[in-house]
Amino acid sequence: SLAGFGNLMQDVLWCFSQVKGTIDIGVTEADIISTVEFNHTGELLATGDKGGRVVIFQREQESKNQPHRRGEYNVYSTFQSHEPEFDYLKSLEIEEKINKIRWLPQQNAAYFLLSTNDKTVKLWKVSERDKRPEGYNLKDEDGRLRDPSMITMLRVPVLRPMDLMVEATPRRVFANAHTYHINSISVNSDYETYMSADDLRINLWNFEITNQSFNIVDIKPANMEELTEVITAAEFHPHHCNTFVYSSSKGTIRLCDMRTSALCDRHAKFFEEPEDPSNRSFFSEIISSISDVKFSHSGRYIMTRDYLTVKVWDLNMENRPIETYQVHDYLRSKLCSLYENDCIFDKFECVWNGSDSVIMTGSYNNFFRMFDRNTKRDVTLEASRENSKPRAILKPRKVCVGGKRRKDEISVDSLDFSKKILHTAWHPSENIIAVAATNNLYIFQDKVN
Amino acid sequence: MFVRGLKRKCFDGEEDIEGTLAGIKAIPSYNLQRQSLLDMSLVKLQLCHMLVEPNLCRSVLIANTVRQIQEEMTQDGTWQMINTQSTGQASLDRLVSTDILCRSSREQAEGKHVPGYSTFNKDFAGDQAQDSSETMSTASSVQAPRNLQSNVWEMENPQENKGNFQKSLDQIFETLENKSPNSVEDLFSEVDNSYYDLDTMLTGMMSNTKMGHCDGLETFSSPTTATSNSNCKSDLNELDHIVEILVES
Repeated sequence: SLAGFGNLMQDVLWCFSQVKGTIDIGVTEADIISTVEFNHTGELLATGDKGGRVVIFQREQESKNQPHRRGEYNVYSTFQSHEPEFDYLKSLEIEEKINKIRWLPQQNAAYFLLSTNDKTVKLWKVSERDKRPEGYNLKDEDGRLRDPSMITMLRVPVLRPMDLMVEATPRRVFANAHTYHINSISVNSDYETYMSADDLRINLWNFEITNQSFNIVDIKPANMEELTEVITAAEFHPHHCNTFVYSSSKGTIRLCDMRTSALCDRHAKFFEEPEDPSNRSFFSEIISSISDVKFSHSGRYIMTRDYLTVKVWDLNMENRPIETYQVHDYLRSKLCSLYENDCIFDKFECVWNGSDSVIMTGSYNNFFRMFDRNTKRDVTLEASRENSKPRAILKPRKVCVGGKRRKDEISVDSLDFSKKILHTAWHPSENIIAVAATNNLYIFQDKVN
Repeated sequence: MFVRGLKRKCFDGEEDIEGTLAGIKAIPSYNLQRQSLLDMSLVKLQLCHMLVEPNLCRSVLIANTVRQIQEEMTQDGTWQMINTQSTGQASLDRLVSTDILCRSSREQAEGKHVPGYSTFNKDFAGDQAQDSSETMSTASSVQAPRNLQSNVWEMENPQENKGNFQKSLDQIFETLENKSPNSVEDLFSEVDNSYYDLDTMLTGMMSNTKMGHCDGLETFSSPTTATSNSNCKSDLNELDHIVEILVES
């Protein structure tokens, strides 16, 4: 059934389903999840971490014996996607951290995904093997070569069943095209091309060609001292293969049409909200920097996330967003501290549900927020081990901003800023969400009656 | 504990003269808060993790914040000179500023009305506050007032200025020497990361301090930073000039 809340927000109850990852108090940095993504059917859920690994979970078939339980996600494949590298020219390390994973639509039995670190994009093929050939002529079962002179008979090898093996192989490596750090990758709706965006440039690739890419956006100034703005995120339109958007550190979004020119330096549309002069501070620009931009599934809207808000824009209206949602406005008076401890530079992502009726984004203290665009209701939930009983209903959380704190509320000063939900994902058609909390992956589902 | 973000409020023209006088007393705190923010920003621009390339987005945002502060300080230039002469030693002011930043938001809300800077010119005329958008100009416009700014500060504390300048230069060259020969060459090569390198040199005067909790702002009162803070912005301009020469060679 198609997703989202056909009913009012308050009618949907979110329940704990699963949590992946260790409970250790000391978190190994390599285990920190850096990206989460469902594939187009929702059958697979991929995570990337700081150690350069990709873990893919597959949803189990729903059991007829237990109709009240939805299919669970279990590990399907784990592989090392990127390794740490050293750039000898600059004497700098290149982190193996997976910045983004994007799935290709499935076209045959195998699954394909793109994964990227700061510099290199890789196309991975994930396929199953449940048969193997046996009875070779030139080698024995151990793989050792036979002496050809000893062979007296020929036989035809046959395929015999074996234990299911899932193997991931790198099919393409797209390297050496980015001077700056890659922040986004996006698969085009033509399924033949994709783009990769770094701080100053966006390149267009063909999946088949790894030794060249087309540069379609370049905002690098001639003199780097004049640099005041960088690209923060980019995405292709879900249906129009010539259209894409990219966001900037100044809170603007540009929509470009690749048909107009080879180098899309001129935007077709420019989205920017006028500044509110009464709210001006030295931190205004920093908190306006857009950390994520996502097209709605319909392609009619774009959603942007800046430090304190999530905004929905209509593609036909450039001068202001049609909706603005406050994620954690109580932080507005704490910006100096958040600047000091660098939290103000945290890049939160945002996601649409399948029907574009609800949007979700993360916050601190392992809180994440959902906003129902129709009812204008919102809810704050928490990803924590305390609420990890199977099918336990998540209780809405509330932050107390001043004055008297009610019993279940938490005060702003008690929030744990080291527990940040930067990455979340929503199943394409069902109310199943994946929330990355540092090194743990939480999966929540709506309550099945 | 957390503190209020620094806000610039436009001066409300309806305030009476009493409010104006109260505002005069509040000016040092605003300026010192702003100076602290500038100092903090310059520390952040320094490359703490030399092994990995710094986040360009973060660097650009911090650099833009530094420019905004410099712009505003430039606009305040003449007014600032009057005020600093009356408040005494710079190092004591430094301690005061950290205390203010660590006050609870309620305490801050009680006493302080921070008026727009433009109102407090020499004549204390009731000028309207400048449109804030004018001050948030791009980097190119900062070039013009630089000379004016450095002249202003040199007039004020020439001796201290020179002392700090020399010390800052020493620290910059020390930073350069500590790097491996290869990376020093890189600094002067045609590689694209010239942006980072300029920042390294500009901020070489600050030691590598890790910013932690708000209480960590007390580190600003330590001897190392106190001496270099007071004429930070004049040093910046002088250093810009020196660095330009170094890089072009």
